[in-house]
Amino acid sequence: MLPYSEEHIFFLKKTRKEKLFILISRILILCFFLIIWELLSSCHIINTFLFSCPSHIINTLFSLLHDHSLFQHIGITLFEILISFVLSTILSVIIAFLLWRYPRLAKIIDPFLTILNSLPKVALGPLIIIWVGAGIPSIIFMALLISLFSSILSIYHGFLMVSPATISLFKSFKATPLQTFYYLVFPSSFETIMATLKINISLTLTGVIMGELLVSKQGLGYLIMYGSQVFQLDLVISSIFLLGIISYGLYFVMEIFYSIIKKSNY
Amino acid sequence: MDSILEVCHLKKYYHSKKKEMMALKDISFSVYPGEILSIVGPSGCGKSTILSILCGLLSSSSGRVEYPVNIKIAYMLQEDCLLPFKTVLDNCLLGLQITHSLTDESKKYVIHLLNTYGLGDVLHHYPSQLSGGMRQRCALIRTLALKPDILLLDEATSALDYQSSLIISNDIYKIIKKEKKTAIIVTHDIPLAISLSDRIIVLSKHPATVKSTYSISFDSSMTPVERRSNPIFTSYYEKIWRDLDVTI
Repeated sequence: MLPYSEEHIFFLKKTRKEKLFILISRILILCFFLIIWELLSSCHIINTFLFSCPSHIINTLFSLLHDHSLFQHIGITLFEILISFVLSTILSVIIAFLLWRYPRLAKIIDPFLTILNSLPKVALGPLIIIWVGAGIPSIIFMALLISLFSSILSIYHGFLMVSPATISLFKSFKATPLQTFYYLVFPSSFETIMATLKINISLTLTGVIMGELLVSKQGLGYLIMYGSQVFQLDLVISSIFLLGIISYGLYFVMEIFYSIIKKSNY
Repeated sequence: MDSILEVCHLKKYYHSKKKEMMALKDISFSVYPGEILSIVGPSGCGKSTILSILCGLLSSSSGRVEYPVNIKIAYMLQEDCLLPFKTVLDNCLLGLQITHSLTDESKKYVIHLLNTYGLGDVLHHYPSQLSGGMRQRCALIRTLALKPDILLLDEATSALDYQSSLIISNDIYKIIKKEKKTAIIVTHDIPLAISLSDRIIVLSKHPATVKSTYSISFDSSMTPVERRSNPIFTSYYEKIWRDLDVTI
């Protein structure tokens, strides 16, 4: 490889510096927030019983770690998220394919999809518990209800965005609808599908926690519910703190997944 | 000479909720093997509709299109329609893949075409890395890969800038003549039609009928660009322009 010009080396340095600056700023903001929070509570300006504080959160997390329940709760929640996410992704791609393949079907069920998408799913909570039973299946069902319809609609609209000229080209090749889907529509909608999956992962997280708040014996949603019932707000806030980390982690995993697929395709 | 394709009294209506619109009134023409036939006409007169009917994307309201059963027709559109996530080679193999005719031999033929027409160095590049002219050439090779007997070209150069359009039209001419194909070109660009064609059909304003037909006789060794600077070129241009009956 040719040695870089001075200007290019300067450009690379500048880019690296910019990245570092952003990372350090993020860490500083987080530290500043935590320190202020800790200071306010140790000076008794805020009530730690109601608002907790970083040291209490650490203690709570350690005691959960000590009785071996921390990873169990996190594990259960992650497991429920994973199952709901995979199910919702597969189902939404299949249903979106059917809608694309059969435009008449899409026209017929359009209003039903719109209603199901905008219906506040939490209202169905009591029904789900009675229908599916109190346990993990109803939590997954809740998460599916919350994420499925919006992802069907956005993936389906992604499928419709494929250029009509290219569809005509495929028709001139006498391609079957399945071939058109496999060679053209699905790969062309890669960006839309990935964007939908990113939204989907946070929707399933919301769905799982909502389900756990309604009915569960384990999981972070359960800890939040339990903590609020026995007025252990440290436990509630610690769980929310963990949820924050998990949601960022999931987003990060999706980003990596996206870049791996993109690299292997382009 | 026997024709390779016969179009008889083609008529086409488009239907919408409010009205019925006649796009083609009465179109009849023959296409002979090895010729380049251009169809020109005022914009919106239904030129592209004819090609869509010929390649089976649309059905006609009445009339017939006759050609021998074993003849293959391939269609090239105005947009190159290259898939951005496939390499140049894979894009060119697409038609073969879909028609289940991808073999080692057909692949070799495509690579040979790509090498011959200046895309040999970019086989594994993606379309975004190519110039507009190269993309259009790639689209043409994708069409030729199917070894069609008749090529239908719909405004194949009109998405390009003037210079690229001159170069690609030269290439198209060279390729079609060298590969001994028959081509039907639809265009609004009269100079392009005169520089490429053996025959030109001029359509009337919408709804379209065949208004006149011109045999274009240049020396066969002339390239399309050379034809443009020949004195007869202007006389053809004036006649066709008059037939188009455009008021400016």
